[in-house]
Amino acid sequence: MLSDFLRHELGLTGTHVGCEHGVCGACTLLLDGDAVRSCLLFAVQCSGCDVRTVESLAGQRAGEGAATEDPLHPLQEAFREEHALQCGFCTPGFLMSLVPFLERHPDPSDEEIREALSGNLCRCTGYQNLVAAVRSAARRLRAEPGEPDAAS
Amino acid sequence: MKPAPFRYCAPETVDEALELLATGDPEDEVKLLAGGQSLVPAMNFRLARPGLLIDLNRIAELASIATRDDAEGSILRLGAMVRQSAAEHSPDVARLAPLMGEALPSVAHTQIRNRGTVGGSLAHADPAAELPAVMLALDARMHLRSVRGERAVDAGDFFLGLFETALEPDEMLTAIEIDAASAVEGSCFEEVSRRRGDYALAGAAARVRLDADGTCRFARLTFLSVADLPVRALEAEQMLLGERPHDELLRAVAEHAARREIDPGSDIHASSAFRRHLAAGLARRTLATAVSRATAAHGATDHGGASS
Repeated sequence: MLSDFLRHELGLTGTHVGCEHGVCGACTLLLDGDAVRSCLLFAVQCSGCDVRTVESLAGQRAGEGAATEDPLHPLQEAFREEHALQCGFCTPGFLMSLVPFLERHPDPSDEEIREALSGNLCRCTGYQNLVAAVRSAARRLRAEPGEPDAAS
Repeated sequence: MKPAPFRYCAPETVDEALELLATGDPEDEVKLLAGGQSLVPAMNFRLARPGLLIDLNRIAELASIATRDDAEGSILRLGAMVRQSAAEHSPDVARLAPLMGEALPSVAHTQIRNRGTVGGSLAHADPAAELPAVMLALDARMHLRSVRGERAVDAGDFFLGLFETALEPDEMLTAIEIDAASAVEGSCFEEVSRRRGDYALAGAAARVRLDADGTCRFARLTFLSVADLPVRALEAEQMLLGERPHDELLRAVAEHAARREIDPGSDIHASSAFRRHLAAGLARRTLATAVSRATAAHGATDHGGASS
């Protein structure tokens, strides 16, 4: 699976593996810009594709241990401030689902936010804080367009 | 939760894929891999253990949405590997097959539709899936190819049972053709599920065309998740023809369809009786919405047209 290839071969353990049958959304990443389940893809299928994982968001290079001075992605900032995560297991999947969502819906309604969150499961927060975080991230992104785009 | 070992090939043309499919693997099952949103979970659970996987994702010719005009009107042609999300956002689908456009957001979640394909869903033929019931309502034609040749099968003859279609072992679904919705047609899709993105407990798709005086000249009513295969309610459709639909008639038509024309099973999600109850309500609502949209379409064309 692509999820296993990332974690075991490349050491990119930011992508979490939950249900391994496409339901929980923990392993969500971007394949050529679209949010997809990496547990339902074979790594060989992605040869030549652009794969973007949670490691790409903050600009912190994988494997270097200590964080660099690069700031968190506005979505990550919002998650931290609004307490949109507790154990953090589901967080990478949520983030990678929400990055393309906010690019396409810069000013989403609560209804649209809930719809966007519906493909990922979280068992800690109860979703209300996730909704608040997405709202807040959307505000941040609108205020400062041109997100940091770190190469992964 | 990992697939059993399998051989993998990724042909770049349909001919190449058909050749591989025809040669097959005498020892093992051969499976075509489309979006993989149903097949790969089944492989991870080891419910499916194909020996050879033919990945269709590199075949560009299967991934396009095209339109063409003939004497009867416009025709929408969807390559089997068109992603569900691509169809969802296609202006051609919205214009020529609005029923399909309305149903697509109900297919699982965005992350699944980004990968799942139109053809994959139809070939998989899950009776709880939206697209088979929608294709039945749209009188879609399935284009099947093998090394032996090509044939077209009507949606009504394509779905044969639980996960069972008219596809022969050496055949591949390559495209789906849909006649453009009439300008004076109304359609509607609705389903009931426990949570957004879940499989529907029941769902219905309706299409209606009315004369200028409101008489119904054409009707389609189909259901998902109420039998082993998508169901078309032929008797209910007949009850509408030649009538001017009103609330009481729609209620009777919906009740008839739900009582006589479907065969819902009971499972942990819903009892058979509850599914019938849902089907009746969904049929009534989708027909009523389709009728009001058809009426509105008439108004629009009357204003636009010169005289009649």
